[in-house]
Amino acid sequence: MTGSSARLRVNPIACDARGLCAEVFPEMITLDDWGFPIVLDQDVPTGLRSAAEEAIRLCPRLALRLDRRPVRSISAEISGRREPAGPSEG
Amino acid sequence: MNTLDRGERVRHDADSPEAGRLPRLLPPRIAGGPAGLTEHIARYGPLPAPGAGALWRERLIAEVGGSGLTGRGGAGFPTAAKLRAVAAGRDAPIVIANGTEGEPASAKDKVLLAREPHLVLDGAVLAAHMVGAAQVIVVVHEAVRELVAAAATERRHARADSVKVKVMTGANRFVGGEASALVNWVAHGIPLPIATPPRISESGLDGRPTLVQNVETLAHVALIARHGARWFRSLGTPTEPGSMLVTLIGALNRPGVYEIGIGTPVRDVLELAAGPAAPLGALLLGGYFGTWADPAAAGPLPLSAEGLSAVGASPGAGLVAALPRDCCGLAETALVTRYLAGESAGQCGPCVFGLDSIAGALEALAAGRSFQPARLRRWLGQAEGRGACHHPDGVVRMVRSALKVFGAEIDRHARGWCCGRRPAGTLLVPPRAAA
Repeated sequence: MTGSSARLRVNPIACDARGLCAEVFPEMITLDDWGFPIVLDQDVPTGLRSAAEEAIRLCPRLALRLDRRPVRSISAEISGRREPAGPSEG
Repeated sequence: MNTLDRGERVRHDADSPEAGRLPRLLPPRIAGGPAGLTEHIARYGPLPAPGAGALWRERLIAEVGGSGLTGRGGAGFPTAAKLRAVAAGRDAPIVIANGTEGEPASAKDKVLLAREPHLVLDGAVLAAHMVGAAQVIVVVHEAVRELVAAAATERRHARADSVKVKVMTGANRFVGGEASALVNWVAHGIPLPIATPPRISESGLDGRPTLVQNVETLAHVALIARHGARWFRSLGTPTEPGSMLVTLIGALNRPGVYEIGIGTPVRDVLELAAGPAAPLGALLLGGYFGTWADPAAAGPLPLSAEGLSAVGASPGAGLVAALPRDCCGLAETALVTRYLAGESAGQCGPCVFGLDSIAGALEALAAGRSFQPARLRRWLGQAEGRGACHHPDGVVRMVRSALKVFGAEIDRHARGWCCGRRPAGTLLVPPRAAA
C-alpha cells in the first residue's frame, strides 16, 4: 500500500511464453499449462528484489515490470475497463 | 405521415402520477421507423440548453449522481463518477457513445438506437457539455448506422447542438465494445483492447480524456436532465434506481426487447415476453458473460444486482435467455464457449490457449467423450484474470456457473446419456464463428 511496495506485473499482450522468467525467478513465477507466466500477486519481498529485476532484464519481450504504485482500487474501474458482466462499456 | 398521438406526451415531474410509469425509453410508436426530431421534441420536450460556466455543469453532474444512474453496458459503474473523472482532465475531453453491442444475443442497444436515436444523441450531447467536450463520436452496430447518421444530420440541419456529432460503425466483434478496444478502433481501426494503464478517462482517444458511455446510459442521462433525479428514482430500487432495457430470448412466446423497472422479479420479466413457450431447464442471466441459473431459484428474485446475487448472477447488459428443458445446457455452453474463444482478440496467451482448451473440454463433455473435471477447473483458474481485458474472466464465470447448474447433466453425460432432444444452438443466436 505504501510507496515502497512493488509488484511484479506481466504485460499479457507482449508476453510470448519464452519462459525465461520462471527459470530465473521460480520463487514468484510459475508457468501455466500453455507456458505463460503466473506471477504471485504479492509484494516482492526486499530480499528477492534483485531476482525480480534479473527476470525483468532477461525477458526478451520486455513484458515484465515492477509496479511501484499503490494498489489500484476504484480508479481502475473509472478507467473504463470492462467488468465481465457484458460486452460493452458504459 | 407522422401519426404520433400527441396525448402520449406525459408530465414528467417527480410528483406526477406518471412518474413511476413505464415506458421511459421505448414509448409505443404507431409510425414505423425511428422517431424524427420534431416528434422527439413533441414527446420529450426540448433538450435543456447548456448554461454557461462550470456551475451548470456541476449541477447537472450532481443531478446524475443523485439519480444513482449506473452504466447499462454491463459493468454497472456509477455514471456521475465517470463524468467527474473525465471532466477533471486537463486536455479537451472527447465523448464516445458506445452502441456497438457486440454480443450477438443482445439487441437492446440496436432497438433503442433504431427507435429513439435522438434520445441517445441528446444524452451524448449533454455528456459532452458536462465534461467540456466539443466532439461526440457515436459508434454503433452496422444494422442501425444509417438511421443514427440520418438523425445526426437532421440535428445538424436544425442547428440543434453546439458540439460536433460524428456517427461511425463499430467493429463486428464481441470484444469491440470493450472501452479500450473501442478507443483503439476509433483511433486506428483496430478493434483490440489495449493493455492499461493509462486510464482512458485520463488519456484515451488522441491522448485526450475520454468518456466511453453506453448508449442506453446516455438516453437515461437525457431524461434525468429534463426531469431530475427524483423522477428517475420513482422506478427501480433505492440502491439500483431507474429502468433498464432487457433482451429476452429463447423459449418464450414473444421474445424481444422490453423495458423494466430494475428489481422486477425475473418471472414477471419473462411474462413481458408472454411467458415460457416450453418447460424451462435453465436461464442464462446477463449475457454470454453471464450466469446460468435454475429457473425455480431465479424466478422470484428481483432482476437487480442485489437480487440476482442470490444465484451468483447480475443483470449485466440485460440479457435473459430461457433454455427449454429439452435442450442440453452443456451443449449450449460448449457452443457459446467455442464462439467466445473464437472472439478472443488473440493478443494474450492465456486467453488464446486457455479458452480454446476450455471450449475443447466442454465439447468433449457435451459429446459424452472424456471429461476431466479437475483439469477443466485448473484451466478455468489459469485463464481467469490473465488477459489485458476481462474477456477470459467473463467466459470463466459463465462456464463455472454451467458446471454448477448442469451438475446432474454432467453425471448423465458421464454415463453416455444426454437430456437434449433438440440440437444445440436452437436457443442462443447461432454463433457467427461457426460459419
